[in-house]
Amino acid sequence: MTNSIEVKDLTLNFGSVSVLKNMNLNVAEGEFVVLLGPSGCGKSTLLNCLAGLLEITDGQIFIKGKNVTWAEPNERGIGMVFQSYALYPQMTVRGNLSFGLKNAKVPRDEIEKKVARAAEILQIGPLLDRKPAALSGGQRQRVAIGRALVRDVDVFLFDEPLSNLDAKLRSELRVEIKRLHAQLKNTMVYVTHDQIEALTLADRIAVMRGGIIQQLAAPQEIYNRPANLFVAGFIGSPSMNFLHGATIDGGQAFQLGDLKLALAGYEGGIVGARDKVILGLRPEHLVVQDGAEPGVTIPAMVELDEPMGADSLVWLQAAGTQMSVRVPVERRMAPGTKVHLKVDMSKASLFDAGSEVRI
Amino acid sequence: MAEARRVNRMWRNMNAKIAAIPMVLTTLVVFVGGTFWTVLYSFTDSKLLPRERFIGFDQYERLWSNSRWLTSIENLMIYGVLSLVFTISIGFLLAVAMDQKIRYEDTFRTIMLYPFALSFIVTGLVWQWILNPEFGIQSIVRSLGWETFTFNPLNDPKLVLYGLLIAGLWQGTGFVMCLMLAGLRGIDEDIWKAARVDGIPTWKTYLLIILPMMRPVFITTLVIVAAGIIKLYDLVVAQTSGGPGTASQVPAMYVYDYMFQAQNLGQGFAASTMMLLTVLIVLIPWAYLEFGGKKHG
Amino acid sequence: MVDATAVLTRTDAEPRGTKPKRALSGRNIMIYGTLFVFSLYYLLPLWVMVMTSLKGMPEIRMGNIFAPPVEITFEPWVKAWSQACTGLNCDGLSRGFWNSVRILIPSVILSIVVASVNGYALTFWKFKGSDIFFTILIFGAFIPYQVMLYPIVILLREMGLYGSLWGLVLVHTIFGMPILTLLFRNYFSTIPEELFKAARVDGAGFWSIYAKILMPMSLPIFVVAIILQVTGIWNDFLFGVVYTKPDLYPMTVQLNNIVNSVQGVKEYNVNMAATLLTGLVPLFIYFVSGKLFVRGIAAGAVKG
Repeated sequence: MTNSIEVKDLTLNFGSVSVLKNMNLNVAEGEFVVLLGPSGCGKSTLLNCLAGLLEITDGQIFIKGKNVTWAEPNERGIGMVFQSYALYPQMTVRGNLSFGLKNAKVPRDEIEKKVARAAEILQIGPLLDRKPAALSGGQRQRVAIGRALVRDVDVFLFDEPLSNLDAKLRSELRVEIKRLHAQLKNTMVYVTHDQIEALTLADRIAVMRGGIIQQLAAPQEIYNRPANLFVAGFIGSPSMNFLHGATIDGGQAFQLGDLKLALAGYEGGIVGARDKVILGLRPEHLVVQDGAEPGVTIPAMVELDEPMGADSLVWLQAAGTQMSVRVPVERRMAPGTKVHLKVDMSKASLFDAGSEVRI
Repeated sequence: MAEARRVNRMWRNMNAKIAAIPMVLTTLVVFVGGTFWTVLYSFTDSKLLPRERFIGFDQYERLWSNSRWLTSIENLMIYGVLSLVFTISIGFLLAVAMDQKIRYEDTFRTIMLYPFALSFIVTGLVWQWILNPEFGIQSIVRSLGWETFTFNPLNDPKLVLYGLLIAGLWQGTGFVMCLMLAGLRGIDEDIWKAARVDGIPTWKTYLLIILPMMRPVFITTLVIVAAGIIKLYDLVVAQTSGGPGTASQVPAMYVYDYMFQAQNLGQGFAASTMMLLTVLIVLIPWAYLEFGGKKHG
Repeated sequence: MVDATAVLTRTDAEPRGTKPKRALSGRNIMIYGTLFVFSLYYLLPLWVMVMTSLKGMPEIRMGNIFAPPVEITFEPWVKAWSQACTGLNCDGLSRGFWNSVRILIPSVILSIVVASVNGYALTFWKFKGSDIFFTILIFGAFIPYQVMLYPIVILLREMGLYGSLWGLVLVHTIFGMPILTLLFRNYFSTIPEELFKAARVDGAGFWSIYAKILMPMSLPIFVVAIILQVTGIWNDFLFGVVYTKPDLYPMTVQLNNIVNSVQGVKEYNVNMAATLLTGLVPLFIYFVSGKLFVRGIAAGAVKG
């Protein structure tokens, strides 16, 4: 498989502030990569660099093997979809779709063909002669996608395209984008801060913080084996529970105060004895039970439960900290109830407390 | 690679740079260059044409010992203070009145604001006519039976400034009213609700809550009106021509006369530099409050 | 003054005071009384101008300037337009009117084109130092014109434009630049940057984004700018006096020369007709433009 996008040692500084640091990223042809991270992590900035809307300080960008580091946005073979749709308000939908083609001096009959095809794929045919102001949010975003579609480009760049939509429309369009990707098979780079979007859409997710890619991997990999404490805490809602302790017995067990948990089954293998480690346990990987099992359970006291429809989230006081556990919704638990949390060590994560890297 | 990059940097946004040429020339050549040039030549003895014979502060000494200039400055100060006090208080008063859910608000606003569309020349000439002693207000009151009534500001050195003030207020208060009204309406609706829930009377709400909240609007208005007052020229030319005698002279007139009539450029430059200084005295504290404060706060 | 622009656009918001309950409460009498008295003050000069301009001189000498004419005559208007004298010229105010028109049209177009391009470049195509130029430009709005009068005389003379119509056009473009640039920059900065990015991805360049995307979106602000410039340039006196020759004097200058000339018998009715004629263009703009005028003056506020 060839690389559709190659980013080599990309650095971007705004004055003395370094926004992107020595970044490398390869996106395979037809791949759907999501850039995910909190606001200010540089994900949109990276996308703007790919599009040529920001001039980079150092490094190189290749698209389809061609060095486009200094090329104008329209010369890069990309289409872009923006959060605010960015439709030209004075033009009809047809005008919006054909503006780029007109600038590229594409013959008129060909423009018409391309617009018709994009309209068909996105089912916006009846809207072609309306102005953007007369469209709903979802329709506008379809037009915005259409504008990228007509350009017949290999790379689609999405900059938080669904953030301005309400929850229902967002999930609808999410499915739509996925369908589109399956149909068109182009390379897509998609920026979002919504982890559900990232987990559902991506072939690979790049989790970013402070201008650095923290982990670049398939969604399940990121979810199950987060590369560091930040990724572990950022992915998953509610957040992963973290217990600060040490490994003892040559790495056979995790100890925190009186609590001792056997590390047998941890997929990272034998970790050795370490003074300061962090044990990460996802709320859905803990099971609430009444009886204690030494080395496998954590004693806990229920503080409060939040029924959430499909299941219920229980907040407990355990191991000197607050933990959350996902339980079936039928299981209501009164505050003050004493229970035990059974740990599935094969799904746990261990991090070095100093470097915050997964062990 | 580095070469290609540098060339690219230059050419990129080339059109934007070309488009900015008029702005760059205006700021650098006219605003900065022109100002420095005038300040520099105010230290020369230029007469009909500018020349580089520097004579230190002589022009300024002459300026400040010229009774006409002293009158101009005094006039500007008196007119300025009165005009500021009256435009702002009348403007605020009218804005509050307009803010009482009155009927015909648009009509009232149209009436109050139309003078602002007219030039100072038109304003000056109309009021010159209304204040004309033979035919205007004075003669009408006299013809009503009050034979000794005297109101002839344009021919009375002591009152001429008030004649100008009546015209100046006529032209400018509507505009200040509009600024104030916009300021009033920019205040969060919830403030009014809170005040009403607390049982504070309307007048007290205006005085104790709204007035302090309008501080930025007042400051902006103050600066705008003050900058306008310092430039005061057309109105005086049209209404009094600076008379009677030199009773209504203002600095802008002094500058014009020395530069273009008396062929004494050096004096004109010195006088205009003093005007610049006056503006800076108004402007710098404001700029400091407006922009300096934000940076540190 | 940046605030003023934003704030003034809100004049059409709802009034805030409490709703008066009865039509004839003491409070109402006070409010409407105040507004009424001030309205008289504002309307009086317009009334006097119109009435005086419709009377013959004998009637003016006899009567009261506030009284309506006994016998309406349009002769003062005709005389003001075509016969009033400035110095030796006795071809009326019409010359000043046409001069003003000839100055106005190129000045308005040029100043708006330059300033809107400035605002556009300052919003979307920032280059190194562009903010510094903008700051100087805004401060330039506060520098008394008197400081720059003579250096501009020299510049125009060097360019061979001193005393010519195009020289004055250039002066209006220069002095209109701060406020108009501010106006356009403030407006353009409300346009989402993504729109501009989308246009670049679509392959539009500097001029094509300006002409095809921004201009059609920004018609209201262009109208505001036109209102601002038409009234401002029409009402200008100082630049007209300094930078043109008598045969090119704009209407305001000629009006002042007609009314304040010391020679001859004062014909007050002709003077008032001339004054009204000069005020007609801005008054027309004012009454036609309504709320847009309010927005314009808010922006023009810096002009003082």
